[in-house]
Parts: sequence; C-alpha cells; structure tokens
Amino acid sequence: MVRVAIVGIGWYGFKPSVPELSFREMMFEASSRAYMDAGVDPRSDVDAFVSCQEDYWEGIAITDEFAPEPIGGVLRPTFTVAGDGLQGIAQAYMLIKTGYFDVVAVESHAKPSDVESLQEIYELAMDPHYIRPLGVANPFFMAGLDATAYLERTGATREHLAMVAAKNRNNGLLNPRASYASRVTVDEILDAEPAVYPLTRYEIASFADAAVVVVLASEEKARELTDTPVWLEGIGWATEAGTGSPEWHLWGMMPSMRVAADMAYSMAGISDPMGQTDFAEVEDRFSYAELVALEELRIAPESAAHKLLEQGVFDYQGRYPVNPSGGSLSMGVAFEATGLARLLEAVLQLRGEAGAHQLEGVERAVVASWRGPPTRTSMVAVLSV
Amino acid sequence: MSEKEKLPGHYLKSKEMYELPGLVEYRPRVRYRFSAGQAQTRFLEGLKEGKILGVKCPRCGRVYVPPRAYCEYCYAATSEWVELPGTGVIHTAVISYISTFRERMEKPEIVGVVRLDAPGYKEDSYEFAGLFHKLCGVTEEDVKTGRAIGMKVKPRWRPPEERVGDVNDIECFEPVVEG
Repeated sequence: MVRVAIVGIGWYGFKPSVPELSFREMMFEASSRAYMDAGVDPRSDVDAFVSCQEDYWEGIAITDEFAPEPIGGVLRPTFTVAGDGLQGIAQAYMLIKTGYFDVVAVESHAKPSDVESLQEIYELAMDPHYIRPLGVANPFFMAGLDATAYLERTGATREHLAMVAAKNRNNGLLNPRASYASRVTVDEILDAEPAVYPLTRYEIASFADAAVVVVLASEEKARELTDTPVWLEGIGWATEAGTGSPEWHLWGMMPSMRVAADMAYSMAGISDPMGQTDFAEVEDRFSYAELVALEELRIAPESAAHKLLEQGVFDYQGRYPVNPSGGSLSMGVAFEATGLARLLEAVLQLRGEAGAHQLEGVERAVVASWRGPPTRTSMVAVLSV
Repeated sequence: MSEKEKLPGHYLKSKEMYELPGLVEYRPRVRYRFSAGQAQTRFLEGLKEGKILGVKCPRCGRVYVPPRAYCEYCYAATSEWVELPGTGVIHTAVISYISTFRERMEKPEIVGVVRLDAPGYKEDSYEFAGLFHKLCGVTEEDVKTGRAIGMKVKPRWRPPEERVGDVNDIECFEPVVEG
C-alpha cells in the first residue's frame, strides 16, 4: 500500500485580525510558504488541490469558485470540502491512495474579523422550525449544556475545567501563533464571572484570522522531496446523530470522536493510544471539550480524564502533553482551519521545528478536532516520523 | 387524472398548502466587512483619483485589472503597477429584460465586459485586462445587431467630490465619440 506523508506546511495569521490582507491574499501567503517548504511549484508539481471552507463564513455563495486561484489551482483539479481542514486531509489521503495523484495540497482559511454578525451565522446553523424561533440561539448554550452534563456524568468539577484553560492559556505563551495566550491562574479563572455557566470567558476560545496549507505526497515522491516526511498513518472522521435536535444529542460525550479515533487507530495499528503515541493536539475551544475528547480518543479511561489532568499527566512537562501549542484557547478558533492548526502544531513538533515550545523526543502524535454546532463532526489523525 | 384514478390520501389545494403551519418565515441577518487586501485597496484608491490601475505579472507579463496580488497562471507575486488609459472596446454585451426571479423589469439593463487598452499587453489572448460594468449610450439595437461588439468605449467618471473608492466611481462605460 502507498504510504502518505506530509511534505510541506505553511501558515499565515493566527491573529485576532489580519487587516493588511484579503482572504485570498492570506491563502496565497500561506500556500507560498507551504510550497517553499515542500520544494514544489504548484503549477507543475501539485496534482490536485482541496480547499475547506463554508459559504456563510466567507460571505460568498458557491465559494468553492474562489478556491483555485490563490493556491495555484487554476485550470487544475480543485475541489472544496464544506468542512474542517482535517476532512480535506482525509480527501488528499484518499486521492494519493488511488495511485493517480502523487502530490496534493490542502488549504483552509478563516477571516472571522470580516464577519460582523457571527451570532446570526451561528443562529442559521440551528433548526429553523423550533430552535431559531426560541430566540436563544447563542451557540455557547450548547457548550454550557454539554459541560454541565459532562461534570454530572464524570464527577469532574469546575476546578478541572479551569485547570484545562490555565494549562492551555499558559502553554501558548511560548508559541508565536498563540495570540490569546495568557499567564492566568486556576484561581483567577474560577473567580471570573461565569460567561455560560459553568464556563468563564477564559474557558471559551476567541476567534482568529488564519490560513494553513498542507502539502501531502506519496511515499516515493515524499522521499524525493524531503528528508523529514511526517507520515499520515491513519485518519478518520464521523458525524453525530440529531442534526438540529438537542434532545437527541449525547450530552457530555462525543460519539463522533470515538468513531473517528477508532478508524484512525485501526489504520495506524494503535491499540493503546497513550502508550503508543507521545502527545496530542486536541480541539479545545471550550475547556471541558478537551477532557471529553481525551476520553473518546481512549487516551484517558472513561470518566478519568480529569484525574489524569489533576496528576499533571497532560501538562507541557507531563508524561503525555496535550495541546503543548496552547490549543484553540490560546490560538483562537479559525473556522474550518482549526483542525489544520492542530495538525500544523503536531507536524512542527514531530519535525523538531516547534521552537520555544518544542517537546523532546516526540515521534508519534494524535491530532483531533471537531466542528459544529449544532451537530458535531469529528476528525482524528495519527502522525509519525 | 380522473376522480376514480386518484390515489388515497388528502389532496391539498395550493391555498391550503401555503397555509400549513410548517412554513416558517426567516430572514437572515448576516453582515460582513470584506478586507479588500493590498491589491484591491490600491485599485480602489486609484478609482477615487479617476485612474484605472493594473498590476503586471513579472513572469508572463499579463496585466491584471481588477488587480490580484498574484498571477493566476504563474503563481508569482505581482508588484509592477501600471496606469491604464481607461479606454477599451466592448468584448461582449448583454441586455437583460428579466430579474433573477424571471420577472419582467420596467427598463432593460445593458451591461458588458470591456477589454481595456493595456499598453504592451499581448493581443488575441483569451483573458485580458478588463472590467465588467454598466454600458450607457449603447442601445438595445446596438446589442441585438452585434454593433456593440468592438465598440470603442471610455469610463464615465463621477465628479471627484462624489467618488468614494468604489467601482461605482465609474458610472458606466460609454462610446467614444470620434472626432
């Protein structure tokens, strides 16, 4: 079987606002860096292009038509995935596995600073017949309900959620892409006024403008292009039940994450994620979500993520660091580029290029992200060097 | 379909159908503020000064109007700015009598694509420096007979004090009167 490797990665932004560039120019800047990193010319060496974006985030209908030109994909096979960048990585993986494509580029970008009405867009994600008319369509109510159910189910407390936020906000202080990093303490988080109970504002990630481009290649091509390929050993994804129906939601759990993880692990031959991998980059736009994900990823036993957290296992210096980058709490939510932000951080760590927040001796990582609301779609990848 | 061929069930009249409680009216209230970016910002500033600016690809020489920060063909960053005279010829034109919803409009709209004169630009290429805009002084007959195609046109600028750095700083393109 053809193995697939990440041979280049580039990024731009990760700031609350990138006023100097249009979204297209951000795509060009990020892709220029990725192609430089991979040593490829997109006009001759890249066989297909995948862009991950959603019309309402862009403010452009049928936005896939804006995808090709800034990434070198004009008059070449290009398509859009209306989902997270990691779903695009799965598409690239499959294209390369067919044997018809040697090099595939995946792009995702976000310009939340261009969106004046995020609240209204989230409202549009809610069921039009019986949730929107209630007028409570603040997306964070979903997070609050989920967090409360999680605490109830596992016996974790608000302190544990604050510990996640303190860990990730502090981890970000060494990461140049972490605009929202903060030297905040658990007590300060607990003393802050609740934003959506049980979460305070420190536990809810802000938004960031960013673009990330990843270049993937078949093993043969990867060996030609780079001495430091990062292997994509497995990737999986799944969407949950109950679209727009909170009643059907499995509160405090992420069944889609479990399915995605099992799919990726089975491809990568992993039966004991914590024993067989060295660290994880996990979507944490809400503090509690990191703990839920760690359980669904089988990194922590059921209802025990908060206990491992308490023991410092997931700390930057811990036995199994989780979000050494600072996660989305420090880097911001970059719409569909959020999963690629997690991937970017894992790739840099595995290559030994993470700079001030470089972990020592890491060879294998779990990358996990999800998108929503209201229905969660999760993506999990296993990377190694 | 005759009465006895009807399938079982309750047949809805259109009036009944549109009175069903399942129809919920909803009006999206989304707003954006699009960053123009480096290339478009300079272009829009040019319009405010009554200039049409283009940017040239350093590799293939294509002139981009509206400008791009990169060449779509060469994937090279563009940086050499050129001012175009603004004149050009109508490449293609259309008269529209209906709206998106197929309703007949009171007054037909005539719009077109203008191939701008761009000094040094290679002739006969499919893509060109140009602008899509409203056409004034071009009649329905001009369009229907094909006389409009190739017609020399120039921008009709709004007075400087009314320009805001927007494509509407050009009111429309209008025929160049010879002599």
